[in-house]
Amino acid sequence: MKHLLSAGDLTADAALGILDTSDELKRTLLGREVKKLPTLRGRTVITCFYENSTRTRVSFEVAGKWMSADVINVSSSASSVSKGESLRDTALTLAAAGADCVIVRHPASGAAHRLAHWLSEAGISVVNAGDGMHEHPTQALLDAATLRERLGDLTGKRIAIVGDILHSRVARSNVLLLRTLGADVRLIAPPTLVPAGVEEWKVPVHHDLDAHLSDLDAVMLLRVQAERMHGGFFPSAREYSISYGLNEKRFAKLPEHAVVLHPGPMLRGMEIASAVADSPRTAITDQVRNGVHVRMAVLYHLLAGEEEKV
Amino acid sequence: MTLIRNVRPYGEGAPVDVRIEDGRIAEIGHSLTVPEGAEIIEGNGDVLLPGFVDLHTHLREPGREDTETIATGSAAAALGGYTAVFAMANTDPVADNAVIVEHVWRRGQEAGLVDVHPVGAVTVGLQGEKLAELGGMAGSAAGVRVFSDDGLCVHDPLIMRRALEYTKALGAVVAQHAEEPRLTVGAQAHEGAMAAKLGLTGWPAPAEESIIARDCLLAQHVGGRLHICHVSTAGSADVLRWAKNRTPDLAAKAGEAIISAEVCPHHLLLTDDRLADYDPVNKVNPPLRTESDAHALRRALADGTIDCVATDHAPHAVQDKDCEWSAARPGMLGLQTALSIVVETMVRPGLLDWRGVARVMSERPAQIAGLADHGRPLAAGKPANLVLVDADAEWTVRGAEFASIAANTPYEGMRLPGKVTTTILRGRVTAKDGVATEVKVSA
Repeated sequence: MKHLLSAGDLTADAALGILDTSDELKRTLLGREVKKLPTLRGRTVITCFYENSTRTRVSFEVAGKWMSADVINVSSSASSVSKGESLRDTALTLAAAGADCVIVRHPASGAAHRLAHWLSEAGISVVNAGDGMHEHPTQALLDAATLRERLGDLTGKRIAIVGDILHSRVARSNVLLLRTLGADVRLIAPPTLVPAGVEEWKVPVHHDLDAHLSDLDAVMLLRVQAERMHGGFFPSAREYSISYGLNEKRFAKLPEHAVVLHPGPMLRGMEIASAVADSPRTAITDQVRNGVHVRMAVLYHLLAGEEEKV
Repeated sequence: MTLIRNVRPYGEGAPVDVRIEDGRIAEIGHSLTVPEGAEIIEGNGDVLLPGFVDLHTHLREPGREDTETIATGSAAAALGGYTAVFAMANTDPVADNAVIVEHVWRRGQEAGLVDVHPVGAVTVGLQGEKLAELGGMAGSAAGVRVFSDDGLCVHDPLIMRRALEYTKALGAVVAQHAEEPRLTVGAQAHEGAMAAKLGLTGWPAPAEESIIARDCLLAQHVGGRLHICHVSTAGSADVLRWAKNRTPDLAAKAGEAIISAEVCPHHLLLTDDRLADYDPVNKVNPPLRTESDAHALRRALADGTIDCVATDHAPHAVQDKDCEWSAARPGMLGLQTALSIVVETMVRPGLLDWRGVARVMSERPAQIAGLADHGRPLAAGKPANLVLVDADAEWTVRGAEFASIAANTPYEGMRLPGKVTTTILRGRVTAKDGVATEVKVSA
């Protein structure tokens, strides 16, 4: 593995390899007072975030530090990015500064692909930490890790992804990864929030959440971004909530074992009722926790040599 | 005096010789005697066609001379077999007044490799709000007969109606960049499976088709002349076919078709499959569409629904292309590859013969723009605006070798059929064997 740009680049074996490593790391670190492994000592990991993000950036930073990598954070407000430097020049600067791995979050779809194009020659790995509406592969991996914890093997598991599919990089990565892992994925959204051409994703699309609740092993809710609410994609937040919000009544219709996921940040009361968000069957904090281990596993698979052991 | 030996007009029959005198074809015949002191051009059995006419070129001067100048663009045009090009108005400053269009016209004359006809903006500053001084541009030394806000759609239906009406008095045509702006806010790629996969905001086909339908109705209502730029979808071809068949009487009364349309080589050959690696060299507006669109466009060009091929030659600097997709400027070079793409997509599959190539690359565009001296029959007495094509040659595209300053070709490394060997403007060679005639350009 050289880069992680798309969840679609992972074979089932590669994805399971990362997930198994993640589980192993989690077990290794459990209860340890000093959460530090020497694996990536001397490696330089630069997170380069062109969009605000707390959970993803912190998660990568912690992951790198627990692996003993030197982690440097660059954010668009604090660097020359705000002076109008091109993405390519920033990339070349990071390469010259000695990066082994660049973790990038960018508002433009494909930005991670372009970075990989410019940095491959220098032998630098690129991890896509979210590019526009395209993908967020480590989110899909941490979601899969969380689902595996709760549900075991994901083969045949019935998972609904609900909400703004059109603009969601989390949805794109999850569809690809969950299909690779053999899950039975369906999308549930108003027709305005499903992209034209979704047929190629080879997953069924539905518009009626209530019809599916009793049949699900997991519900993955997506964030509805504020700017979408005023973009005419649906009449009002109220109507969205009535049709697609996971309220307590809907929650009660889910099978006992069903898990609820949300990539955060949540809009309580709109996308998800507070009581649902705080229920033990909701795995939202597990997602964050697993995020660190999954990202450690990704860095390990990208940066550590074959001979090195976790 | 010049004698072209051993060429096949329209690729038909046995090779003939063509004698050129005073910028005109003097004689066509077998084994003509070589006049005293005549320049001899060996045709080697090449196809002889009327010089190509491009209704849609961006020469970037004034404003972006770092990517193309009228001189370098003229050289690219000559090398591509063109004898006339129409330089789009979206320069900086915008060609929306007589001063700018006369400047462009004169710079083209100075370069002298191709007739550079400036396109005038339809509206002031391409803003779509107020008609530019169309009469002033038409009456200038540039004699503008094509008006377009290309790059932007004249989206206000009332402004478009007025433009179609007003230009009737000028004998001019309005060339529309058909793109409903409300349907293409933030659009980055053809709306379909590829855009869905890549997370790029879609550019839906109906955003083009609805404007074409609207403007065809308006043109037919007011009797104005409408030309549709860079038709890119199968649905657009359907709309055009319907509109052109709708009022044949009206068109006949006007003495010429009221509605015409062009297609770009890249929309005939390339599809949005190429977007997978997000390389902005493939970014263009309207966007690359699907295989079935490309095939529908080929059929529409073959059957005359689409009148002609235009390049939408759009030079861009490296920094405007070697960046993230959404930050990249749309457009690609086209002048030096157009013929080969037409050979690849139309001639080789049998959709067009060489007479058809003459029609779509020379005759129809010259008629649409009202050029009297281009796109004429290959016959004695006609202007010697000519191109020789080696139909069997193949070549490999290298953007850095093009005459353009910019090198943004999507065909880099591709092997293409058909090669322009000689271009002749009013009897004078402007390009030969891949070398454009040197130009003296004033500073």
